[in-house]
Amino acid sequence: MTASDPKTSRAAEAGQSGSDIRSDVHVSIEPRESGGLAVGLESRVAPYYGEAILTQTRHVLETLGVKNARVAIHDEGALPYVIAARIETAVRRAGLANSHKALPEPVEPPAPSGKDRLRRSRLYLPGTEPKYMINAGLHGPDAIILDLEDSVQHAEKDAARILVRNALRAVSFGTCERMVRINQLPLGLEDLAEIIPEAPDLVLIPKVEHPGQVTQVDRMISELKLRHQINRPVWLMPILESGQGIENAAPIAAAAESVVALTIGLEDYTADLGVAKTAEGRESLYARSRLVNAARAAGVQAIDSVYSDAGDREGLKRWGEASRALGFEGMGCIHPAQIPVIHAAFAPSPAEIDSAQKIVGAFEQAQQRGVAVVSLGSKMVDPAVVQRALKLVARAKAMGLA
Amino acid sequence: MTERVELAHNAAQRRVPSMVNNKPQIPYLGVGKYQPRGRKHAPPIRSSKDYPENGDKRVVDIETALRKCGLRDGMVISNHHHLRDGDQVALMMLEAAAKIGVKDLLWFPSASFPSQKPAIDLMEKGVIHHIEGSMNGPLGDYCTQGKMRGMGVLRSHGGRWQAIQDGEVHIDIAVVAAPTADMFGNADGSHGKSACGSLGFALADSTYADHVIVVTDNPVPFPCVPWQIQGNNVDYVVEVESIGDPARIVSGTTQITRSPDRLRIAEFVARFLREAGIMKNGFSFQAGAGGIALAFVDCLRRMMKEDGVKARFVRGGSTKYLVELLQEGLTDYILDGQTFDLDGVKSMAGDSRHAATSPFTSYNYHGKGNFASLVDAVVLGATEVDVNFNANVVTHSDGRLLHGIGGWQNCLFAGCSILALPSFRERIPVIVDEVTTLTGPGEMIDVVVTERGIAINPLRADLLGAVKGSRLPIRPIQDIKAEVEQICGGKPARPKLGDRPVAVVKWVDGTVLDTVWQTG
Repeated sequence: MTASDPKTSRAAEAGQSGSDIRSDVHVSIEPRESGGLAVGLESRVAPYYGEAILTQTRHVLETLGVKNARVAIHDEGALPYVIAARIETAVRRAGLANSHKALPEPVEPPAPSGKDRLRRSRLYLPGTEPKYMINAGLHGPDAIILDLEDSVQHAEKDAARILVRNALRAVSFGTCERMVRINQLPLGLEDLAEIIPEAPDLVLIPKVEHPGQVTQVDRMISELKLRHQINRPVWLMPILESGQGIENAAPIAAAAESVVALTIGLEDYTADLGVAKTAEGRESLYARSRLVNAARAAGVQAIDSVYSDAGDREGLKRWGEASRALGFEGMGCIHPAQIPVIHAAFAPSPAEIDSAQKIVGAFEQAQQRGVAVVSLGSKMVDPAVVQRALKLVARAKAMGLA
Repeated sequence: MTERVELAHNAAQRRVPSMVNNKPQIPYLGVGKYQPRGRKHAPPIRSSKDYPENGDKRVVDIETALRKCGLRDGMVISNHHHLRDGDQVALMMLEAAAKIGVKDLLWFPSASFPSQKPAIDLMEKGVIHHIEGSMNGPLGDYCTQGKMRGMGVLRSHGGRWQAIQDGEVHIDIAVVAAPTADMFGNADGSHGKSACGSLGFALADSTYADHVIVVTDNPVPFPCVPWQIQGNNVDYVVEVESIGDPARIVSGTTQITRSPDRLRIAEFVARFLREAGIMKNGFSFQAGAGGIALAFVDCLRRMMKEDGVKARFVRGGSTKYLVELLQEGLTDYILDGQTFDLDGVKSMAGDSRHAATSPFTSYNYHGKGNFASLVDAVVLGATEVDVNFNANVVTHSDGRLLHGIGGWQNCLFAGCSILALPSFRERIPVIVDEVTTLTGPGEMIDVVVTERGIAINPLRADLLGAVKGSRLPIRPIQDIKAEVEQICGGKPARPKLGDRPVAVVKWVDGTVLDTVWQTG
């Protein structure tokens, strides 16, 4: 443990406040050599939670080993896990923190996530925007993804890491799989150290071009899990965003046991190719097909990119249906309104379910009678068709459709 | 005002004053418990011989009209609020009164708006003694800070009609802003450059006041057709350059909320009406013009189309969204109390199925029934609701005046009254142990819909039964409350309220439901 040294410490701040800010808090801290802690609070919720905020502030400062400082809190209705994160960020930036973390009260984590669970939709949540986090699970995506990468400015990477860590611990996302998109390596490795102790269900690795990047992340996660006694899976989803990444899709998909899906980042991929990204996506057809094929070869899921026009439901529906037809099992969402559209697009049609159920019924009958050949009416059903029908019915059940 | 106020507990266990502005009060006795007696209040009998035979009642300005009406100290003068924040007539009237030099007026608008802030100055100068009518923004703060000489009296739209009709408030002079009028005083709201749609809030004033002045910026030769205000009740007509700022009278467009949480609430409300079997052919509903309400109308419209269901009538505050229902044949009628946007104004002016209503037809509790109880479902907001479904709509949780009651209390008489609310705002939980200011008794509130689930009042076993087995997230209200308190970091501290009453909240029958206390 390092005691704070006033000579190496400096004034620092974290978080946001202002009339257009909601659910966040701005913390500024000014170290001093003596005089103890002086905490000033301005808050819209002061009549209701003013005392609670002051108590929490002192508690966080004590946990982090801050003894002498002036602290000004300008609160815009932030929830306790956000307040803790912002204070910790300011204290670390001020060079005052010991090695402790100011962790918020935990909520019950969801059941461990299965390798083949539904991953139709994953809702992106910017890692420094607390206002979107608390209700994200209510909108019913299969997963939420706390983003540390593109949605976070470089200067806020430290803040996002701490906020995301606290959100993993203290926010209930319902039955959603809790994903985190880390930064490109090596910065991503620092992200892992902060978030893995809070047991995310899945880590997305951006800009993967070689299987070695996946094994590096996988090894680090294994070490961290061991050290922090995390006994639940932390799956990996590499994001392929370049020609090189797509070329290596097959070895990347097979790089580690914990890889459960491959996905593609179309903005970067089309930039790498030097072509325009279109609504039809013809320019990425090869890459997406190749990714689907590589994923299938490795027995993992193929997950599509996002549809970036949140207002265009029709376009999203067309994209999603085409994507399912190519072999993808889901895609990303940038707005909760996209979730039901995506779920509908990736759902098998009633006719498909009906016909698959008939095949499954015939298969079960054949098994009961000890017959190897499955037949429906006068037609013999190919074993591959039986397998596809079993898979489709299982998926339809998971979606609540069968 | 420094008079000592005696307080007594009413039937809702709230402490209320027994005298308000020197008038004895009846404490709230419970829903339907107070039996009014006597006859309605009435203006004096007039004779045509005293009015110009050619029907020309025009005088040169408001000051002249007020003088001719005999304005003097202590009188009650009123306005309607159909021009909302764009109104200029109320201030013209108050300033003319100041110029005449009278003092201690009781200003009795159907609602006040932030643009009427200069009224504070007139209270400081003694021209206005106090305001009875909804107050928010600067006027609300002035009242809650205890600076007003008299007590504020908050009434619902129906309650205001009741108070005028029953003679609780006698209006000496009503000044009616009219988007169109003729020289005889016939007046209409849905035409003219300052068109606002319905003029229903002015109907009681024009019927019961001793004197009525119509002020218009769109004079037309007799007859003004249609007329919502009858010239036979009008003493004087004044023509002015402008009665209001059109941009703030109606909004150009009303916007559906874009917040995913609020859209989710709106969708839950619509699904609830569908699953509970309320959304069926010939049904009726009312929703306001807030973001959630508009999104609700949009969802319900989709479901009505899917299920081939048509409403008999919908109640406004009308907006583009209600007008579209009418135009698409999804409702036979709009019964409109106030008109919120340009589409609403246009529709009322041009479509006979879009009818103007008044607080008399829609809301007055001391009448032979009213439309509000004929509505199958109503979707309302609130600032707080408690575990017994009692709700607050008039103050912030800290006791500062926030909203008027509007038609809110009256609407609770609908077949199914629904509060559509986020479960917390900022960090402040909406479901509480006890509301700061009681505006609606819990027995009148049937359903609370939040983004975290739907709570049905246990008194409504029928509704609980109707949605049993549906996929709606029906939860006990305590359960939602506990979840939100966990998120917000515990129960909020109770705000500290003063012990001096600054306003009272009336129930629909004129009894005193609760008290607003001085703060800050």
